[in-house]
Amino acid sequence: MQTTTVEEAVSRIPDGASLMVGGFMGVGTPERLMDELVRQGKRNLAVIANDTAMPGVGIGKLVSAGLLRKAITSHIGLNPETQKKMLAGEIEVDLVPQGTLIERIRSAGYGLGGVLTPTGVGTVVEEGKRKLEVDGREYLLETALHADFALVQAFLSDYFGNLTYVLTARNFNPVIAMAGKTVIADAEHVVPVGMISPDHIITPAAIVDYLVRT
Amino acid sequence: MDAQTVIAKRIAQELRAGMLVNLGIGIPTRVANFVPPGIHVYFQSENGLIGTGPIPEEAMTQPRLTDAGGRPVTAVPGAVAFDSAFSFGLIRGGHVDMTVLGGLQVDERGLLANWMIPGKMVPGMGGAMDLATGAKRVVVAMQHSAKGKAKIVRQCSLPLTSSRPIDLVVTELAVLAQVDGHLELLETAPGVTVAQVLAATEAKLEVPAAVPTMRIE
Repeated sequence: MQTTTVEEAVSRIPDGASLMVGGFMGVGTPERLMDELVRQGKRNLAVIANDTAMPGVGIGKLVSAGLLRKAITSHIGLNPETQKKMLAGEIEVDLVPQGTLIERIRSAGYGLGGVLTPTGVGTVVEEGKRKLEVDGREYLLETALHADFALVQAFLSDYFGNLTYVLTARNFNPVIAMAGKTVIADAEHVVPVGMISPDHIITPAAIVDYLVRT
Repeated sequence: MDAQTVIAKRIAQELRAGMLVNLGIGIPTRVANFVPPGIHVYFQSENGLIGTGPIPEEAMTQPRLTDAGGRPVTAVPGAVAFDSAFSFGLIRGGHVDMTVLGGLQVDERGLLANWMIPGKMVPGMGGAMDLATGAKRVVVAMQHSAKGKAKIVRQCSLPLTSSRPIDLVVTELAVLAQVDGHLELLETAPGVTVAQVLAATEAKLEVPAAVPTMRIE
């Protein structure tokens, strides 16, 4: 793990990159990284995240600034700009059930090719997917979802980059931290090593590549 | 009493001590206001919490503590936070005893459509498909009809949420149960006749000889 400035961290992200971004309606999203992506004017990004938040919040900032070519997400209902750009053909939106989305991300991080889920069987979600019967029940094969970067928001980090989260700001963060090829984390507070009990660390520093300095 | 209160109060009667319950957005959220006295129910919010409490006062909100609609909420003592993979493991894995979901249409086999209107409203399914597929018991809270059009229909014209039928539908007019792939009229709302329910319903309902009235206080 290396510490870095927010400018340096974001300068490592090339145009066209795929990004997993933590957060649920903006809660638990690394806002400093979102602002810096907009400031550096990245292009053609693909975002994998629970939702596209609201205009002016979290991933909503990337949508409004026209940085995205694609969003793989479970919900865009609270961001009318995403819907408008989707209908205008400016952003390709792939809607995935939330539980399936997080499992596809988990699969990538855990070295699995995908998962079998009953969610989506008999709905439009099954179109184009393989269906398998296991012990008399039908499942969809949902494949692993990889990304170039995971942008993680933690609550505490120690100087090594061991991370903890708080309340509902945890959401996708620890799961994407396992799945992104390069993991960039921001933390609300950085504390000395040993301050966080080994039992309470959720994301080990060993999988974090960059920690943004506070 | 307004329609939403009737629906929420009636569904609250389905709560039992110790249940793990997930409430959707809208009318379902209101069920939490009418938990029967003396019982403890665990409420899950799929963004990562068991133990959601009431909406906090404006100055007392915690920005990292929100419900599945992103609005500030509180956590009761004993609450537990977790990530989204765990949260949907609870849902798909059958650990959630009951979910209450909104509905656009329910058809006479008990199939639910509640996540999109093609060409009009495409918000994404969020957690609805996992909840409708994985929860042990699926209860739909919705108005009986929308702008004079029946919502309980012969066959859903809108995209389905799941191929797994729901268990119970509660509207301001009636309580309907899905039994063996059919809808059965269980109760009518106070002051509502069976004939009125049937007139507002497009689906074929099984109607027992005697239909009791909902008991709502």
